[in-house]
Amino acid sequence: MTLSPPALPGTPAVHRPDSRSPKSGYVPPWLPPIAVVGGLLILVPLVAMSTRVDWANFGALVTSPSSLAALALSLRTSLAATALCVVLGVPMAMVLARVDFPLKNLARTLVLVPLVLPPVVGGLALLYAFGKRGLLGGAMNVLGIDIAFSTTAVVLAQTFVALPFMVLTLESALRSRGARYEGVAATLGARRGYTFRHVTVPLMWPALIAGTVLCFARALGEFGATLTFAGSLEGVTRTVPLEIYLQREVDPDAAVALSLLLIAIALVIVGLAYRRPGSQSIW
Amino acid sequence: MTCGVFGAVVFSTSALLALTGCSSASSSPNNETITVFAAASLTDTFTELGKDFEAANPGIDVVFSFAGSADLATQIVEGAPADVFASANEAQMDVVSAESLTAVAPVIFATNILTIIVPSDNPADVGSFEDLANADVATVVCAPQVPCGAATVTLEDTYGVDIPAVSEESSVTDVLGKVSSGQADAGIVYVTDGARAGDSVMGIPIEGADAATTTYPIAALAGASVAAQEFVDYVASPAAATVFAKAGFGTA
Repeated sequence: MTLSPPALPGTPAVHRPDSRSPKSGYVPPWLPPIAVVGGLLILVPLVAMSTRVDWANFGALVTSPSSLAALALSLRTSLAATALCVVLGVPMAMVLARVDFPLKNLARTLVLVPLVLPPVVGGLALLYAFGKRGLLGGAMNVLGIDIAFSTTAVVLAQTFVALPFMVLTLESALRSRGARYEGVAATLGARRGYTFRHVTVPLMWPALIAGTVLCFARALGEFGATLTFAGSLEGVTRTVPLEIYLQREVDPDAAVALSLLLIAIALVIVGLAYRRPGSQSIW
Repeated sequence: MTCGVFGAVVFSTSALLALTGCSSASSSPNNETITVFAAASLTDTFTELGKDFEAANPGIDVVFSFAGSADLATQIVEGAPADVFASANEAQMDVVSAESLTAVAPVIFATNILTIIVPSDNPADVGSFEDLANADVATVVCAPQVPCGAATVTLEDTYGVDIPAVSEESSVTDVLGKVSSGQADAGIVYVTDGARAGDSVMGIPIEGADAATTTYPIAALAGASVAAQEFVDYVASPAAATVFAKAGFGTA
């Protein structure tokens, strides 16, 4: 920090990172206006929607029995799906980042598929796999497992669409950091399990939190795959997005109110995910 | 692909819809375009009627936007450039009329009734509406909030049958998908949807289904041209009635 020579009199200090905001000096001047346009593209529809909210009845609209049933179901299923994403996603990211195996690039590409697939098609794919007449339907029938039109099917659909967020977030963090701390631990005699718990997990903690929160947000907003694969029944499979989709037919006010609640939840979640380390405020 | 001055004006006011109109090869410089918003269940019949109308009225292009009636009503109320609205129920036409957006009183041009559909091998051996009361039959219906669901509730009440549905879908298409994939044992949809669904499903008529008849109103919208009203009159004509009857609709 003290290596740069003092500014000569008359020298413009524009290109020098100032002490208040050390990074902004490296941003080309034409870039922030474009960023503002991008920001407006996202912000204006949100503002437009909030102008349509029937604020006087907001509380009543989001606490109606059907809204509450949908909220409770959404929270339950999204938490379950997020837990599954952690349990399945951490090993997947570790293997992709640290283990060499044939066709690894293909595997990494396949993990992305649920992100690219239109959710309705994702739901069809799940139906062809786990449906009554699906690939695994016969075997599941023999075992007495029937997930058709059940809450389990909702969790499965949400996990399917959310899992890539966990794997991508974790894997890129693991790869960009390298394996030298694990290497040091190994030279000091630590076993693999010990190294994983005491070196790898603490180091990937921020990425794990970010991945977890993104998975939860994605699961919460899941719509198409759930509609196609699980169906829509109050308290069983009708999550908040499906309730919004249905309410819009008869009661657009309720649909808008619920949507706003979903946005509020999403804002808090994403705010938490992108909180800078050590910062007190989530904004 | 000539659109001319008029096409350019239309383009500027109703970008995408007019684009579709302009790109149809038959356009000539003085063509008038009628934009028709019609319920998704009318896709096949209206496409056919539109071609007939264009053939009988050179210089007029009919452009369609097919979607759920509630979506279309919302779009019209929000200012979408439609000339004609054909709804799959009177409630959504009322939404548009309530905003004084209809030019004249809507007329009923077709009716529809419900039917049972089952996968083609009928795994749960469904034979009648009463069979759907059995909880072992996984039945999918429309939610009571949407027109096909409201009609289903009317039939349940009329015949004292209580269907323990495993899913209440937002649209007929979603009910069809669940049954054609074999995920559900039975579903309740409109007869016209059952007729369009092909071999993957089998229809089982509901006795006395006309106790819950859905009506389809159509109206030219405020500010629409004479040609738009002519199209409305054509849809309500005996010639169009034969097209609707062929697709399984009842006629008013």
